[in-house]
Amino acid sequence: MLLTALLLTGGAYAVLSPASAQDDLAADEALVDRGRQLFLVGCASCHGTNAEGIVTSDGTQYGPSLVGVGAAAVDFQVGTGRMPLAEPGVQAPDKPAQYDDEETRALAAYVASLGPGPAIPEAEKYDLEGVDEEGVVRGGQFFLTNCTACHNFAGAGGALPEGKYAPPLQGTDPKYIYEAMLTGPQQMPVFSDEVITPEDKEDVIAYIQSLEENPSYGGFALGSYGPVAEGMFAWLLGIGALVGFAVWIAANSVRSKKRTKA
Amino acid sequence: MGATRLGRREPAKAQKPSKVGEVATWADDRHGLAALAKKNVRKVFPDHWSFMLGEIALWSFVILLLTGVFLTFWFKPSMAEVVYHGSYDQLRGIPMSEAYASTLEISFDVRGGLLMRQIHHWSAMLFIAAMFVHMMRVFFTGAFRKPRELNWMVGGLLLMLGILNGFTGYSLPDDLLSGTGLRIADGLMKSIPVVGTYVSFFVFGGEFPGDDIVSRLFTVHVLLIPGLLLALVGLHMLLLVYHKHTQWPGPGRTEKNVVGFPMMPVYAAKAGGYFFIVFGVTALMGGLLTINPIWLYGPYNPSQVTAGSQPDWYMGVAEGLLRIMPGWESELFGYTISWNVFLPGVVAPGIIFTMVMLYPFIEAWITGDKREHHLLDRPRNAPTRTAFLVAMMTLFGLLWAAGGNDLLAVTFNLNLNYITWFMRVAIFVGPPIAFVFTRRWCISLQRQDEERLLHGYETGVIMRSPEGSYSERHLPIDRTGAYILTARDRDEVYQLPAGADGNGVAARGSLKNKVRARLSEFWFADNVQKPTREELVAGHGDTDRELALHAGEAHPADGHQYDGRHDVAGDELRKH
Repeated sequence: MLLTALLLTGGAYAVLSPASAQDDLAADEALVDRGRQLFLVGCASCHGTNAEGIVTSDGTQYGPSLVGVGAAAVDFQVGTGRMPLAEPGVQAPDKPAQYDDEETRALAAYVASLGPGPAIPEAEKYDLEGVDEEGVVRGGQFFLTNCTACHNFAGAGGALPEGKYAPPLQGTDPKYIYEAMLTGPQQMPVFSDEVITPEDKEDVIAYIQSLEENPSYGGFALGSYGPVAEGMFAWLLGIGALVGFAVWIAANSVRSKKRTKA
Repeated sequence: MGATRLGRREPAKAQKPSKVGEVATWADDRHGLAALAKKNVRKVFPDHWSFMLGEIALWSFVILLLTGVFLTFWFKPSMAEVVYHGSYDQLRGIPMSEAYASTLEISFDVRGGLLMRQIHHWSAMLFIAAMFVHMMRVFFTGAFRKPRELNWMVGGLLLMLGILNGFTGYSLPDDLLSGTGLRIADGLMKSIPVVGTYVSFFVFGGEFPGDDIVSRLFTVHVLLIPGLLLALVGLHMLLLVYHKHTQWPGPGRTEKNVVGFPMMPVYAAKAGGYFFIVFGVTALMGGLLTINPIWLYGPYNPSQVTAGSQPDWYMGVAEGLLRIMPGWESELFGYTISWNVFLPGVVAPGIIFTMVMLYPFIEAWITGDKREHHLLDRPRNAPTRTAFLVAMMTLFGLLWAAGGNDLLAVTFNLNLNYITWFMRVAIFVGPPIAFVFTRRWCISLQRQDEERLLHGYETGVIMRSPEGSYSERHLPIDRTGAYILTARDRDEVYQLPAGADGNGVAARGSLKNKVRARLSEFWFADNVQKPTREELVAGHGDTDRELALHAGEAHPADGHQYDGRHDVAGDELRKH
């Protein structure tokens, strides 16, 4: 029943959505077949043997259906090591990738063959070559409006309810930032190409990159966590040092010098 | 001390006055300040590190004034919209307020501007932190007692104004955090029943954010509050000089004298030197540690917010209260009353500040202590007071942590919602636990003091009696130590006036008196009182016998030289 519904949705999406079409990955049958083999070994225990998802007895998802999530989602989740999960939890943490590039491609091809979804973006979409200075500024405004609420003003990451979190963006491969916007992994909303155009996505990535290239103007950045970290330094370092100096001054009084002489 | 010695060294003989002397005489003939100055340069101050904590605040305030003046040369307190064309690439071409643009200019285009901004901000953080630490010292040692209650209140006002000025400064650059903070301030004002909206409209000159707030806050930040602070700092210092500084009990120190060093040259050197240390530490922090990187926050835009939106540390408690408050609202005659904002944002700070201001009087009423105090209490000798502050510090710490709940969650992999629930319970459970624990700890320390007074200190020397039993030898503590331990008053529990209900008729104010008696009993319950003369004599009998025994030994056993009464320098055994 669920499978039918999903297939119907996927089918309808394929018919109605003008932007995304079945990409050429899925056309490579040998690759799809290899992906399926890998999938059955590494993914099927949670996502089901046909990637239809597994519903637990209390109605929650054990592993969601992957029909229609697209190759981009697989490339992101597997490429950043989030999938396969080491253990169930509120959120999949990133870790060293478990599959190599060729295997990831095969898995992506298999999932892409299940239903249409966003394809892995071509490198020219995120190589930032076409982004000028104005593009960086525009990307900054997109970033401040759409991303900082969770990822923090410097992309240092932030907390979400129930133990979930927005991971730090510093040092993230531009391809994965692009794919994350495209597919909305975990808690993240989807910023489809209709919401934020591919050019704007590139601008956002360019802004994040430009922050990393900026020197740290004010000195040590204290993790870019904002006023909480600043308060900690004011107390531990500032007040700590000044009280230390006060003890030193009071200990080195005229009296104590005389006492040592006597 | 130095001044008098200098005076003695110069014999009174006719001498051609120096140029400086001539000028000084000329000036003194006209204002006659020499007599006053002469008295005050010899003013004696006692020496203890904890008496220098307030100085951190004083010197931070001086740094704030100096760097603040520098910043006003370039800061434009205006919300007029301009397009940024300065040096910072990522914001070029963005429309923003003049306030934000000029803060960017100070940060990137004014030589030394960013350094000054950062020193200013760090010293503001230190200013308020130092006031807190100073206040804690005054509280723990009972230095707020008569005759210093008014100076305590002046200090409380200084703290409140300091926090207020910190907040106005935080709001001036008109960056994203400034605006987010002001939005909360706007919410707090609007949560006041009936007049809230009017208050908010008056403050912002219309609906939030309007275009008046930055210029209004600027005047408050650089003129109004600093002027009040300066006047109150002056009053605070005047009262300090007038009351004379408190001192720790010790031999020769009484309620009627001050033992220490004169203002000139010892204290002038110490305090003056400390200024440079405070300036040095603040300048190092300003030069090396980023604070408030407004270029990353971007100009204020009501549609934006960032993770890690927190106020500066001194507002952390208010933030924490707001964050853990359940979303209670009620409707009255069709109007919503937002208890969830009004209680933590308006009522709680009001209660806290009232309590801080009135504390000396509340304590004096409970203890019935109307005497003057110039000798400080050791914190252990006022267990209930000490425990009360530790309980308050626990509450403060918990709320402070709650204000940074998101960063706690991210840093320690915790569940944000669990933190909220934990704090909701902990702020009621934690302080009483801290109170009981601290009070018992203080009383244990008092008991240990009594033990040392009556039975001497533990020498570590184990004696074996002819019968074969073992005991540790105790020897009397020295006179200085004994003086410090006994230089305190006996606690007097308030007694209900006798005969108030002799015929079963309650006298006027008897309920008040009953409450007072109950509180007083609770206040002093289980405190250890200092021993009476008889107890001391009896105790000393014990230790004197020990001492006599010890002296009678022709050949003290090896190891007995470590009883603290022998010089062990160059002792061979020590080397093993």
